[in-house]
Amino acid sequence: MTMLMRFKRDLTMAEAVRALGGARVDLLAVADMVASGAKVLDVGCGDGELLQLLAETRAVDGRGIELSREGVNECVAKGLAVIQGDADTDLADYPDDAFDYVVLSQTLQATRQPRIVLEHMLRIGRHGIVSFPNFGHWRIRLQILLGGRMPRTDNLPYAWWESPNIHFCSIKDFRELCHVVGATMEKSVALDAWGRALRFNAPWWTWNLLGEQGVFLLSRREATRAPPLRPGR
Amino acid sequence: MVEAELSVAFDPADRAREADNPHSLVVRFGMDKPLTLDAGIDLAPFQIGYQTYGTLNAERSNAVLICHALTGDQHVANLHPVTQKPGWWETMVGPGRPIDTERYFVVCPNVVGGCMGTTGPASTNPKTGMPWGLDFPVITIRDIVRAQAMLLDHLGIASLFSMAGGSMGGMQVLQWCASYPRRVFSALPIATSTRHSAQNIAFHEVGRQSVMADPEWRHGRYFAEGTNPRRGLAVARMGNHITYLSDAALHRKFGRRFQDRDNPTFSFDADFQVESYLRHQGVSFVERFDANSYLYLTRAMDYFDLAADYDGVLANAFKDTPTRFCVISFTSDWLFPTSDSRAIVHALNAGGARVSFAEIVTDKGHDAFLLEEPKLFAIVRGFLEGAAKARGLPAARR
Repeated sequence: MTMLMRFKRDLTMAEAVRALGGARVDLLAVADMVASGAKVLDVGCGDGELLQLLAETRAVDGRGIELSREGVNECVAKGLAVIQGDADTDLADYPDDAFDYVVLSQTLQATRQPRIVLEHMLRIGRHGIVSFPNFGHWRIRLQILLGGRMPRTDNLPYAWWESPNIHFCSIKDFRELCHVVGATMEKSVALDAWGRALRFNAPWWTWNLLGEQGVFLLSRREATRAPPLRPGR
Repeated sequence: MVEAELSVAFDPADRAREADNPHSLVVRFGMDKPLTLDAGIDLAPFQIGYQTYGTLNAERSNAVLICHALTGDQHVANLHPVTQKPGWWETMVGPGRPIDTERYFVVCPNVVGGCMGTTGPASTNPKTGMPWGLDFPVITIRDIVRAQAMLLDHLGIASLFSMAGGSMGGMQVLQWCASYPRRVFSALPIATSTRHSAQNIAFHEVGRQSVMADPEWRHGRYFAEGTNPRRGLAVARMGNHITYLSDAALHRKFGRRFQDRDNPTFSFDADFQVESYLRHQGVSFVERFDANSYLYLTRAMDYFDLAADYDGVLANAFKDTPTRFCVISFTSDWLFPTSDSRAIVHALNAGGARVSFAEIVTDKGHDAFLLEEPKLFAIVRGFLEGAAKARGLPAARR
């Protein structure tokens, strides 16, 4: 079976989010971007931490997709509407505009085809919310520059051969992808190593250097929208 | 072939009595309330044998309908009147169980075509005073569900809090959600499918042919002729039972171990434990089940194809459904594989339904839904808990 995140089997998405660090802050930043009562699809929802947070604080109608069976079982046992599935293959089955928000919380870098996943996200949801670890952070740059090896930090603890994260990008790279797929950034937040939001009016290059994580609220730029991807049936 | 084990004490008259006057609740519908069958026949009078557990609340909002599988019956959580064995889903249904009878009012009817108190081929045909036999009309899953709806009308239950069923029971759950979406608040189709596969129809045909090949079957007139096609039915059950398990489970339980001996006997005795086990399964089934019922109910499953009623588009069966679904499959179930459940989930998603889907890792095969499976219990409990909250039912007493 293909994998959303190439975890060792016993690792749920949420554990990975925690491993990536600042889970609560990251999720709170996502939750801040969601309007109350909205219909939300959380792709890679782990053990349902974000869906629960959204249900409790935003009264959303939440749904989730999760690759790991353990994560799904935990979610369903909590009464969350979560299905076992793979972002890379299963998003194609969802109709256009089915949700107000589609969330990729620490999931995009673990997909095989981030561009296609992002395009599906913008097709299925009126808004997309993406959070990911910023590979342009100064500490990561320094490790490659001085150590000459793939970086490992508290937030990205995996060795290269076991990492679920197969498509790293920097905030700068992500902005470029958004441009390519015709997405508008409505809101952007960069969180530093302590989970604090960086100053809003700081220039992009400082976000890319100092932000450990980026959280973005996206919407389609209708005029330049790429030909929509349709379900393959 | 299974001669030796067939000496089990068994009085066909017992079972015949159960078909007309069951050891359970029963509601009898008269000529004024016929069951309109897909075959174009009005079945009247007819009756439904059923059991209930727990108490219906004042708002009538806590009813849970349990749908039994091919060879099940209404005795879901009490001692079986014929076999004296525990109910078939006692681990799931009862006080403090995942389907908690202290909170929910559980109703489990015997299906139309069955032999435990709901009208079927073993019931007495009022026109002849003899069992219906093959004069009984061929029935469908839709007919079964239509009869259940009449039972709920009779009980004054307009809307179910939930319903659950595995295998053929799951087919009934899906048919309910398509036929009466406004009457089902939440639904648990387990180890099931929206259509019976060619392979499954094939297995059923082998079962039916083995019943019909038994000279005692007498074209279904065995009651009248004082015979009983027990060998044919036992062999049918043996074949089907293999499909309910898995290679891994059979190996784990029996391996190649011998039964009560150290060496092969160089005969066709039940040398292997697995043979002895299957023979026992066949024989004990005959004790409690009617051969013609087996023919009719396997046929009803074969005919089931939910999408066919909606121009071949399964999603249309669940369009704008208000029901909350929890679809469950098991990794080692090769009779109703996970891919069947995924097809249900895709259709529900396309219709915008609120759906959960979990695949449980187990080597117990299709039968896993009936067995001690803690993950299944946790999921069912959690799903119902969430649904109860949404329905405004009081929280569980701890």
